Amino acid sequence: MPVLRPQPKPEPEVVPGVRHPLEKYLRTDRLPHIWCSGCGLGIALSSFLYALEELGIDPDSVAVVSGIGCAGRFAGYVRLDSYHTTHGRAIPFATGLKLAKPELNVVVFSGDGDLFAIGGNHFIHAARRNIDITVLCVNNFNYGMTGGQVGPTTPVDGRTTTTPYGNFEHPFNLVYLAASAGATYVARWTTLHARRLKESIKEALRHPGFNFIEIISPCPTNFGRRNRLGEALDEMRYYAEKAVIRHGVDPAEAEVVPGEEFIVGKFVDMEKPTYLELYRRKVEELFGRKR
Amino acid sequence: MADNPTTRNAARVTGRRILSGVHFMNGDEAIAEGAIAAGCTFFAAYPITPQSEIAERMARRLPQVEGVFIQMEDELGAMAAVIGAAWGGVKAMTATSGPGFSLMMENIGLAVMTETPCVVVDVQRGAPSTGLPTLVGQGDMMQARWGSHGHYEIIALSPASPQESFDLTVKAFALSERFRSPVLIMTDEVVGHMYERVEIPEEVPIAPRRRPTVPPDGFLPYRPDEDLVPPMACAGDGYRIHVTGLTHDERGYPAMDAEAHDRLVRRLCEKITRFRDEFTWYEEVMTDDAEVLVVSYGISARVSLGGVELARAKGIKAGLLRLITIWPFPDELIRRAAERAGGIVVVEINLGQIYREVKRATGGRVPLRGVFHAGGRIHTPEEVLAGIEEVLRCRS
Repeated sequence: MPVLRPQPKPEPEVVPGVRHPLEKYLRTDRLPHIWCSGCGLGIALSSFLYALEELGIDPDSVAVVSGIGCAGRFAGYVRLDSYHTTHGRAIPFATGLKLAKPELNVVVFSGDGDLFAIGGNHFIHAARRNIDITVLCVNNFNYGMTGGQVGPTTPVDGRTTTTPYGNFEHPFNLVYLAASAGATYVARWTTLHARRLKESIKEALRHPGFNFIEIISPCPTNFGRRNRLGEALDEMRYYAEKAVIRHGVDPAEAEVVPGEEFIVGKFVDMEKPTYLELYRRKVEELFGRKR
Repeated sequence: MADNPTTRNAARVTGRRILSGVHFMNGDEAIAEGAIAAGCTFFAAYPITPQSEIAERMARRLPQVEGVFIQMEDELGAMAAVIGAAWGGVKAMTATSGPGFSLMMENIGLAVMTETPCVVVDVQRGAPSTGLPTLVGQGDMMQARWGSHGHYEIIALSPASPQESFDLTVKAFALSERFRSPVLIMTDEVVGHMYERVEIPEEVPIAPRRRPTVPPDGFLPYRPDEDLVPPMACAGDGYRIHVTGLTHDERGYPAMDAEAHDRLVRRLCEKITRFRDEFTWYEEVMTDDAEVLVVSYGISARVSLGGVELARAKGIKAGLLRLITIWPFPDELIRRAAERAGGIVVVEINLGQIYREVKRATGGRVPLRGVFHAGGRIHTPEEVLAGIEEVLRCRS
């Protein structure tokens, strides 16, 4: 038997002589990325990077923390301090990072399964504590990386590899969950709404406290294919048809149900002291000096 | 503001990192004070008996020394937060007991793989499962060695007194920085709750973190120095590195092939095993002429000393080898001891975990007996004596 060895990968093709405006934020030597064509993660990534660019944030002050899964690979492509942690534990990792170095802008970027199934407990507690981080959740309604299994946001009747007869579990409404757990900034967009998403990320990055943005995204390889949603472009057309932009809606009323209109926009934007502000206040009360 | 460090109340009000002086405190509190003296400014944990005194002491003390205490929602989160804090540039610790130790295992592996310095304390209690929450055990010793998935090396230290709990915690932080590795303190319920004299020195050095000496351009975050340990660039240092639990190359980038994996895993192991002599710590009592050697650790070693004294009173030349460094296991030390002694007795509060290591290290060259108990109480000196006499009988 001949020994099979991995072939060396070709050098990434970057357009000669042309620099993409976001290239400075990317580990271009890691391209091409592993995401499927039609996946929304690239739009989410560029929206985030444009937000950084437009806010003029010093890239050395930004740290990105991801969990595991397709969205978990986000941390690997940004030329920032970036941490690809264990499944579900991006938020507690980010909590430690932020508390140890408060001057950092800590951004958690992960998926619906990572943040809300295996990592759900950490999500609600970080929101409750109002830890000053921004959590960007790409919601593609299933576990893409492992081949398309049911997740905590899979809609009822959704077909996945582990719900071959259709899903019968109730899914989470992520913005409702975030708001009720205490998040001080909550928004939802789809990857169709790239500019609004970018503006929303800019708001979140400037907003002290626990910020949460759900980014609804196509998964043409898995969820889209199994549920006959067509190509990624068809899913974008679906978003154009069904997404209704409204701000200030009660997140309890903002469920995402297949075939029905759904709300995107900003649900919560409020001021509340962050964990570190309260901690420092307590220390000052007790010891009369600033931390 | 009262500022008398020799009283227990001082812990309430002082802003001192080092509570120099003589104290009466338990092993758990001594671990907390050892950590703070060593420069620990971040502690994340979840309440569990018999660890709570560590967390409570840290909750009181850390805000005084510009540190952060956070009680996380579970031990999974506690361990993850500790790793995150370490990458934020600080010295970080967590503490737990068996059930929580189990929950920390996956992220201990992340700390091993990403080479994150941190300290993890396990105050062992009766186990498996919920077991005996308030009673002593030493049944997590193999979990400390192999609990996370995959092949790796870990450093584990076992204190036998509150004073040693303080001292070893300071050393654990130094080792974690030296090797860029999690370091485990495997204490137990009795040492944790035992009150004794603890003398805290005037000065406790803060172990430095090895930082990059080259500018960010061209810095390879996982290219090791000659001693196999790479310098560590933390978040915000300007190096913009990628850190992943995936198998990675010297750039820190995922490398999904067998060769890269073998190279990385071997280096992670060898960076510790090659330098094990630097920290193979132990104590010998009456071993010069000993015909029977009792090998033990933690609280069991203290009881074993009583058994050795009983044997000496009966004219049996017994001695005690108390292991302080448990992992990596001191094979060479045990091998040399076995050459001198006519028999070895291993005393521990489990059914033979370190016994297996002693058996392996001695290769069956000397008669070996174990004095075991599954947990819930410490041994009596008489039980240790019986073990000594038994091994003597099978020798003759």
